[in-house]
Amino acid sequence: MSKLTNEQLERYSRHIILKQVGGKGQEKLLGGKVLVIGTGGLGAPAAMYLAAAGVGTIGLVDFDVVDLSNLQRQIIHQTADVGKPKIQSGKETIAAMNPDVDVHTYNELVTSANIRDIIRDQDYDFIIDGTDNFPAKFLINDACVFEKKPFVHAGIIRFQGQLMTYVPGEGPCYRCVFPTMPPKDAVPTCRQAGVLGVMGGVIGTLQATEALKYILGIGDLLTGYLLTFDALKMNFRKVKIPRNPSCAVCGDHPTITELIDYEQPTCDLKK
Amino acid sequence: MKVTVNGEPLEIEKPLSVKDFLVVAKAEQPEYVTVQLNGEFVDHSGFETTTVQDGDTIEFLYFMGGGAK
Ligand SMILES: [Zn+2]
Repeated sequence: MSKLTNEQLERYSRHIILKQVGGKGQEKLLGGKVLVIGTGGLGAPAAMYLAAAGVGTIGLVDFDVVDLSNLQRQIIHQTADVGKPKIQSGKETIAAMNPDVDVHTYNELVTSANIRDIIRDQDYDFIIDGTDNFPAKFLINDACVFEKKPFVHAGIIRFQGQLMTYVPGEGPCYRCVFPTMPPKDAVPTCRQAGVLGVMGGVIGTLQATEALKYILGIGDLLTGYLLTFDALKMNFRKVKIPRNPSCAVCGDHPTITELIDYEQPTCDLKK
Repeated sequence: MKVTVNGEPLEIEKPLSVKDFLVVAKAEQPEYVTVQLNGEFVDHSGFETTTVQDGDTIEFLYFMGGGAK
């Protein structure tokens, strides 16, 4: 017997008809809890598709306010939202889209002091890294390794994007591939280098896809692979990556046992 | 001799250290790239002592940080 209401049976009918989802799968999604860190280029489309799919609990973390220059790609925010906290704007968009979703907001910059508490707040099942800077990316990786939580990393720049999924005990973490943070300003950000607006849509939607697959328990996740996308060549590549036994955080003899607050690149601070 | 770099074939004249190969293969920002040689990570400390040979498959994995702002 399905616990879904008639309205839910209709709303999610295109999911329910899929044999890999069905009513049971849709119930899993409604019981699923995903934390989206960063509600920008990647996090905006990811959160919107998760909400539309009926993921019942979505956490949004961002400390920023909507800027006019965000609207070229951060489709969860509208013109009238300029100046509003991103998490508030994101919450309003999701509420208007799907009343089944319970949105939890965290108007904070993730740091070593709060990230583990945010992950534990709703005991999230899966985390989406939608951040734009390396201190946050390394922090999210290390926190997920320590909290034994799966997450999907992604990055976009210009016409390129990348993504990989970490599942505890099942494959490499971000640090296995990129052991140390690049020095400040060594690697350009979107603000410095630019990004085609759709890149967040392509890669952020793939992040949402990984979250949905994880909750549903279907298909093969991008664990042990780094997917790269080149929009100019319209080329996707999946590079097999091994776990690094000497990884400082998930390796056999970890040397990183506490979270690290790396210096925030100046270009990412508020203007 | 022929090698494969990020899925594309590349001709090189002779075996090269990873360090020299990064220049020949025009890796962007060689100091921050992650290199995989035949599927295995090559630590930056091994860039001078590890050799790229005929038939090898090399991946350059780059930092990509953008997303939110
Ligand atoms: Zn690792």
